[in-house]
Amino acid sequence: MNLTGLLSREWRALVRNRGAVLNPMAFLFLAVMLFAVGSPVSDNETARYGGAMLWLIVLLTNMLSLDSLFRRDFDNGVLEQVLSTAQAPFMVVLIRVLVQWLGTGLLITLLAPLLCLLLGLPSEAIFTSMLALLLGTPALSLLGAVGAAMTVGFSRGGILLGLLVLPLFLPVLVFGASAINQAVLHMDATAPLAWLAFISMLALSVGPLAATLGLKISLQLQ
Amino acid sequence: MLNLSDLVCRRDERQLFAPLSLHAEAGDCIELRGPNGAGKTTLLRTLAGLHSQFDGAFACAEFLFQGHRMGLDELMTPIENLRWYGDLEGVRLDDAALREAIGRVAMARAAFNLCQRLSQGQQRRVCMARWLLSSASTWLLDEPYTSLDADGQQLLNELLQLHCDKGGIVLAATHTPLRISNSRVLEIEPAGEDAR
Repeated sequence: MNLTGLLSREWRALVRNRGAVLNPMAFLFLAVMLFAVGSPVSDNETARYGGAMLWLIVLLTNMLSLDSLFRRDFDNGVLEQVLSTAQAPFMVVLIRVLVQWLGTGLLITLLAPLLCLLLGLPSEAIFTSMLALLLGTPALSLLGAVGAAMTVGFSRGGILLGLLVLPLFLPVLVFGASAINQAVLHMDATAPLAWLAFISMLALSVGPLAATLGLKISLQLQ
Repeated sequence: MLNLSDLVCRRDERQLFAPLSLHAEAGDCIELRGPNGAGKTTLLRTLAGLHSQFDGAFACAEFLFQGHRMGLDELMTPIENLRWYGDLEGVRLDDAALREAIGRVAMARAAFNLCQRLSQGQQRRVCMARWLLSSASTWLLDEPYTSLDADGQQLLNELLQLHCDKGGIVLAATHTPLRISNSRVLEIEPAGEDAR
């Protein structure tokens, strides 16, 4: 397999199908904005739950973009070609997830300073937030891919995807929010950040293979 | 190489057809016939490793599977799709080979349009270009005549004949007889009364 060739195809697909990246981002900003508008302005309370709010919105945004992760390839038959002929189908899945992460996790990380300000987080917490997002979002994409793979066979798998995937996201939410909270309280956030990195590594070793198996099962039901 | 021995596909624990046995040598072209719902598609998917409910055994090496769904990404041009299949197989296709294959299926003029703009028949032709570039020796084709015009059907016959002459094996599920010399027919028969 020629990995750079496979990667360049995914990248081209991302550029040609910009809506798949822009729509979740629009949702992200809308959700953050609504939170900012709806929260009381009088006190500084938002800093206390801003971290949890940020992560919650990021989880939902990721879920929105996961639904389309394998959908197109499933419908047009590319997926059955990959699974029937490729020597290492999980590499194709891994590349697909990597590009999805570039369009969600990495983009959110880069936009994090803006999101933090909108959510009323103090500026000291911005760097930790970015680090937490950078370390935690790969786990969201990798674990989410497993759910996306298992629900791709259903034409309306959206709600099922949420029910499958959101519980898996729980540890990322816990440690991600706690990292930001530690930073808000001027405390050392190394421990939750290390946990986030650990979860992402674990997801990297399990996710692609599990997603490939999930896709196989989805194709069996055809 | 393509061998089936007493192969039976199951769907929801129901046996789809009577046990099939087949031994295909290089150069064989086999037409898979049977009424609608007999299990032709399921058999081909089983051989391609996409359906795991079966009894019996089969051996099918270096195959290419063409199902109802084309396997072309609609966001890519035919050329990009063909190149991607090359990447998947691990062969670097040079421009000359791509141009020749796309010219052979008379798609040179649409080679740089996105596949979503192509008609079903045109997409089928792009699929045929993919078969030409593939190194697989066994072609598993499901209803290859679908949505092809008269020229396209003629072209398909030529390509299949060429592939068999070169020592490849073709197994095609079809209702329209293939016009290939020395083609055999494998009839799928419904499972008998004694089938469990």
